[in-house]
Amino acid sequence: MPESLPTDSVGIVTPQTLHFDTPINLACNRTLDQYDLVYETYGTLNADASNAVLICHALSGHHHAAGYHSADDRKPGWWDSCIGPGKPIDTDRFFVVSVNNLGGCHGSTGPASINPATGKPYGPDFPVITVRDWTQSQALLADRLGIQCWSAVVGGSLGGMQALQWSLDYPDRIRHSVVIASTPRLSAQNIAFNEVARQAITSDQEFYGGHYYEHNTLPRRGLMLARMVGHITYLSDASMGEKFGRELRDQAYKFGYDAEFQVESYLRYQGERFSETFDANTYLLMTRALDYFDPAYEHDNDLAKAFMKASCEFLVLSFSTDWRFIPARSEELVNAMIAARRKVSYAEIDAPWGHDAFLIPTPRYTDVFHAYMDRVAREVGA
Amino acid sequence: MRTDLKIIEQWINSGSHVLDLGCGDGTLLDYLQREKQATGFGLEINQDHITTCMGRGVSVIEQNLDTQGLGNFEDHTFDTVLMTQALQAVRRPDMVLDEMLRVGREGIVTFPNFAYWKLRWYLIRRGRMPESETLPYKWYNTPNIHLCTFKDFEALCYRKGFQILNRTVVDGEHQDHWLSRLWPNMLGQIAIYRITRKGG
Repeated sequence: MPESLPTDSVGIVTPQTLHFDTPINLACNRTLDQYDLVYETYGTLNADASNAVLICHALSGHHHAAGYHSADDRKPGWWDSCIGPGKPIDTDRFFVVSVNNLGGCHGSTGPASINPATGKPYGPDFPVITVRDWTQSQALLADRLGIQCWSAVVGGSLGGMQALQWSLDYPDRIRHSVVIASTPRLSAQNIAFNEVARQAITSDQEFYGGHYYEHNTLPRRGLMLARMVGHITYLSDASMGEKFGRELRDQAYKFGYDAEFQVESYLRYQGERFSETFDANTYLLMTRALDYFDPAYEHDNDLAKAFMKASCEFLVLSFSTDWRFIPARSEELVNAMIAARRKVSYAEIDAPWGHDAFLIPTPRYTDVFHAYMDRVAREVGA
Repeated sequence: MRTDLKIIEQWINSGSHVLDLGCGDGTLLDYLQREKQATGFGLEINQDHITTCMGRGVSVIEQNLDTQGLGNFEDHTFDTVLMTQALQAVRRPDMVLDEMLRVGREGIVTFPNFAYWKLRWYLIRRGRMPESETLPYKWYNTPNIHLCTFKDFEALCYRKGFQILNRTVVDGEHQDHWLSRLWPNMLGQIAIYRITRKGG
């Protein structure tokens, strides 16, 4: 944390946990009898509970979206650039809820949690969770928090898919859906990258079919590889070029296979760090949730038909150099919304950072986001 | 509100579904939404305008008419498709008009009249490409690459089989003036046309 708190920070925040003991039915036809959801809130819920905003996280995200957990924290939450006083999601006006999704590994019930039926971690027996399961659990969380209708559900990437799913599953509980750097469904190439990541994990000898907890080990190498592959897809050729180029760690080639280029050592470092802090089974689960997301599928593969169900307004944003979910995928969403006569605004933000651009505040991104959310706030009297 | 926008407003029925090509800062759509319960979208490429639209609750899509066209809109989606002061700046005005009347039942178009007497006089006197308050550019940097006269536009409508439902001319300040009504092609600066496909 900086010496003193920036004035546009939500400050020190404390995660909270809610226990749910009513069984939840999942898309895979299984149920979870009980589970915990960990979440953070920023700002104050107004008297008529109309100013609530739900933040949905992406693959490796979690509930800690803004502020610091303690004065010793090196970095703030993952979306601190967009959440705080005076920021696009202005905590002086909105009551922001950010939840760790079911199946996650940051406090909400997931594969690493103890299965009450066996007294052991769920491991690979944890049900495969879908985006729809998440919106269902988020709706149950909203019930407990006294929020009948979100002024906006906001998310980037996999988080954007949740914002979309909300508009379809709970049309009367969401006023605005903000879908950033997302897609209506994964392409074959997207699924292929996920499969490489999963293969890296499951073929690690330390994976033990997902039961590594009982062997007191972690599939570090597999998860590291998965993260390295994933990380490449989050960046752009140009941004990697600018950051690393062909820079070497030492002066000359060593004619060996150690990490000689800066980009190699960067990826290895990121992968290693990730493999120590993220659960491999959760990574498998999250990538599968991405693969399965396909709202058009249930509507004769007609996305416009799916959006007929929605009644909220949409903001869709894409980034020019995002090659994971290219702007054309966002435009598919927009065109389906137009065909369904939904209200939608769309902008393609020129930014060099690839898919990760949704986490990086650039002037135009911030301006557009700010303008839209300002209008949402005015609409709900916040 | 500008006179030309007031005129356009009168030609739009309550509750219409409207597409505004080059919607600018969304002034007209905002007005139509509030006063006429209209729905619809604006297309725009100017970043600041897009931000302003979003801030005022006008649905705006970042889309370039020249490179992307209107292919993403299905036939007969809109009651009215608007295009104010942009026809002369697109690559193929004839194709844009076709597209407007494909996705919409009616089109409303405004554009500057290149046969306006001051422009004619400028060309005769100086022998150089006219410049004016409405056309303040040099020939080499002007965005207005397809200037036409009222007569040109009407000839195109005739050839395309478009029916002109209404026609009004205003001056550079967008004011209605009896003189410009008297002899539009000579005295009118800006034209406002409401068109539809014959039999459509």
